[in-house]
Amino acid sequence: MSIATRKADAATGIGPGNPGNPGNLDRLLHMYKQMVAIRLFEERVNDLYTRALMPGLAHLYDGEEAIAAGICEALTREDYVTSTHRGHGHCLAKGASPDRMFAELLGKEAGYCKGKGGSMHIADPATGNLGANAIVCGSAGLATGAAFASKYLGNRRVTVCFFGEGALGQGVLYEEMNLAQLWKLPVIFACENNLYNEYTHFSETTAGEIMARPAAFGITSVEVDGQNVRAVYAAAAPLVDRARDGGGPAFMLLNTYRYHGHHVGDIARAYYRPKAEEQEWAGDRDPIKLLGDFLLKEGLADAAALEKIGAELTREMDAAVEFAVRAPYPDPSEVTQDIYA
Amino acid sequence: MLDTQSAPALRDLTFGEAIREAIAEEMRRDKTIVLMGEDVAEAGTTFKVLTGLVDEFGKDRIIDTPISEAGFTGIGVGAAMTGMRPIVDIMFGDFLTLIMDQLVNQAAKIHYMSGGKWKVPLVVRATMGATRRSAAQHSQSLHAWPSHIPGLKVVVPSTPYDAKGLMKSAIRDDNPVVFFEDKISYTKVKGQVPSEEYTIPLGVGDVKREGRDITFIGTSSMVQVALGAATMLEEVGISAEVVDPRTTWPLDEKTLIESVKKTSRCIVMDEGYGRYGVGAEFAALVAEGAFYNLDAPVTRLCAMHVPIPFSPSLEDVTVPTERQAFDLAMKLCGR
Repeated sequence: MSIATRKADAATGIGPGNPGNPGNLDRLLHMYKQMVAIRLFEERVNDLYTRALMPGLAHLYDGEEAIAAGICEALTREDYVTSTHRGHGHCLAKGASPDRMFAELLGKEAGYCKGKGGSMHIADPATGNLGANAIVCGSAGLATGAAFASKYLGNRRVTVCFFGEGALGQGVLYEEMNLAQLWKLPVIFACENNLYNEYTHFSETTAGEIMARPAAFGITSVEVDGQNVRAVYAAAAPLVDRARDGGGPAFMLLNTYRYHGHHVGDIARAYYRPKAEEQEWAGDRDPIKLLGDFLLKEGLADAAALEKIGAELTREMDAAVEFAVRAPYPDPSEVTQDIYA
Repeated sequence: MLDTQSAPALRDLTFGEAIREAIAEEMRRDKTIVLMGEDVAEAGTTFKVLTGLVDEFGKDRIIDTPISEAGFTGIGVGAAMTGMRPIVDIMFGDFLTLIMDQLVNQAAKIHYMSGGKWKVPLVVRATMGATRRSAAQHSQSLHAWPSHIPGLKVVVPSTPYDAKGLMKSAIRDDNPVVFFEDKISYTKVKGQVPSEEYTIPLGVGDVKREGRDITFIGTSSMVQVALGAATMLEEVGISAEVVDPRTTWPLDEKTLIESVKKTSRCIVMDEGYGRYGVGAEFAALVAEGAFYNLDAPVTRLCAMHVPIPFSPSLEDVTVPTERQAFDLAMKLCGR
C-alpha cells in the first residue's frame, strides 16, 4: 500500500476496499474521472439541445454527479441499476459508453436502444442498466423485482433504484419498500433530493420527514451529503455489501442540487428558486471541486494530473458527439421491429 | 385385467382444474417460474384454483403477497427481466386498474424502448365475468384494455382444453401476457383434456361449431352462450358457426374473416363492453375483410354499457343470453 493510498484511507475512512477492486487512490481518481465525464457529457447535451440537434427534452444531471459516481463505485458490472428521466449520470457511471449514449439522445440507429428510447429510456444489459424510466417512481417495481430474482436465483447481485425526491409522492414506492423489507431483498433505494419536484420546492409537496419513511418499514437508512463523493461511497459500500450478503434493503437520502432547470428549456426559473441559491451550490459545494480540492490538499494528485484527466475526457466526449452527429437515423422500417420478443 | 395402455388418455376437467394443471406442469419443468399474488398459497386463491400447489412447490414459489397489486406486479416485471418467468395473480380483473402503470408503461414497452435488449416473460392472470352478485368493482371484463396496448398479448380462453394449452404457451412466451379467466367457468365449464403434453399457440383461433348461415364470434364466457344459441337455431333450421379467437392479441384475423365470408352474417359476442371494446374491433375487422360477402350488418352483442349492478334482477340483464343471441340471429337471417 502506497503512502498516498494510506492517506486516502485515513481521509475517507474507507477500508482497503473490496477484493478485486483497486486501492483507494485508484478509486478516488476513478470517481473523479466519472464525475468529470458526466459533467462534460451534460455540457455537450446542453449544447446539442440548444443548437436544435437533439429532439425531445433534456433533463441534465450536472451538480448531482457525486451520487451516481459514488454509489456505482460500490457496485460490480453485474449489479443492476434503474434510473430516471434525469438519468445520463447513472448510465455513464454504470459503464455506458458516451458515443452510444449521445447516439441514443439524437435518435440514431447506433444508440443503445436503436434510437427507440431516447434520453429518458437508455437501457443496457451489458452494464446491468435495467433502464432509465420516464414515469416518476416507475422503476421502483423493476428494481425490487430484479432484487427478488437475485435472491431467488442466488446470484448475489445488488440492485440500486435511483429516484428523485419527487417520487416520494408516489404510492408504489411504499409498496415496494414494504415488500423489499418483508422479503429482505438486495435493493438500495437511493433518493436524490435536489430540492425541486420539477418547478416546485419539495417542502411544498412532502409532509413529515423523509427519513421517517424508511424508518416506518424498519429499513436501514442513511442521510448523506450528496455533493461529497467520498461520503457517498463510504455510505453506499457497506450497505451494498450488506445487501449482497442477505442483509436486506437500505434507503439512502442524498442531498444534492441540479444546476440546470428541470430540463434545458427551463431557463426563466427565478420564480421558483433564487439565483443566489444556485450560485451557492455551484460554488464551494460543487462535487468535482470538492474532490479535486481534497486530492490536491492531501497531495494525492497535482493540478497537472487533474487537468490531464479533464483534457483526455474532453477529447473523448468531443469524439463521441462527432460519432453521434454523423451516425445515421434508423430506417423507417425499424418502427415495427422489437414490439414483441 | 384392464388394458390401461390403450385406454383413452382423456379426462374430464373443469376450467379451473385445467389451469391449475397447466401451471403445475410448467412449474415442474422450469424452476424459474414462481407465482405470486394475494392468498395464492394455502388458500389457493379465493376461487380455490391453485389449491395444492403450495404443497408441491413450497412457499418460495407459490408466494402470498401483501395487498399491493402494483407492488407485486412491478416485482414480476423486474424479475422477468432478470432471469425468471413470474406469474402474477390479480384476484379480480377489476384490479387491473391498480397495475396499469406496471403493465402498460413498463411491461409492454420495455422490449421496444430498449431496442429489443430486455425481455419481459411475465404472465398476469386476471379474472373476468359478471353474474356472481359481486357488484360494480368485482365483476368487470376489462380484456379490451390490455388488448389496446402494443407489446402485450391477451388470452381469453373458453374451454378447459384451450385454457390448459394456452396457459402453457403464455408461460413459455418471452412477452408479457395477460390471461383472463372467467370466474363462472372455473367450476361450471367442464371438458375433455388429454393427459399428454400439448400446447396451443397464441394467435390461432378455433371453430367451435361449424355452420353455414351465420357466424358467432365469441370470447371466453360468450362462447358457451353462442353454442347454446346455435343449438336453438338448429331447431328452426338455421345453421350457425361459432368461432373462438382464443386470443385477442395476437388475433387470428384470417379465421374470423373466412368464417364470415362463408356464412355472410356475423354476430360478435363478448362479455366486455361493446363500445370501444373487443367486440368493436372484431366487428370492424370482419366488416373490412368480408364486406362484399355480407348479407346483413355485422352486429355486436356485448355487456350492457352500465356499471355492473348488485341486485340480481338488474345484474342479469347486463350480460348477453342465449335467447338474445337467438333472437338477434333470427332477425339477421330474415326470420
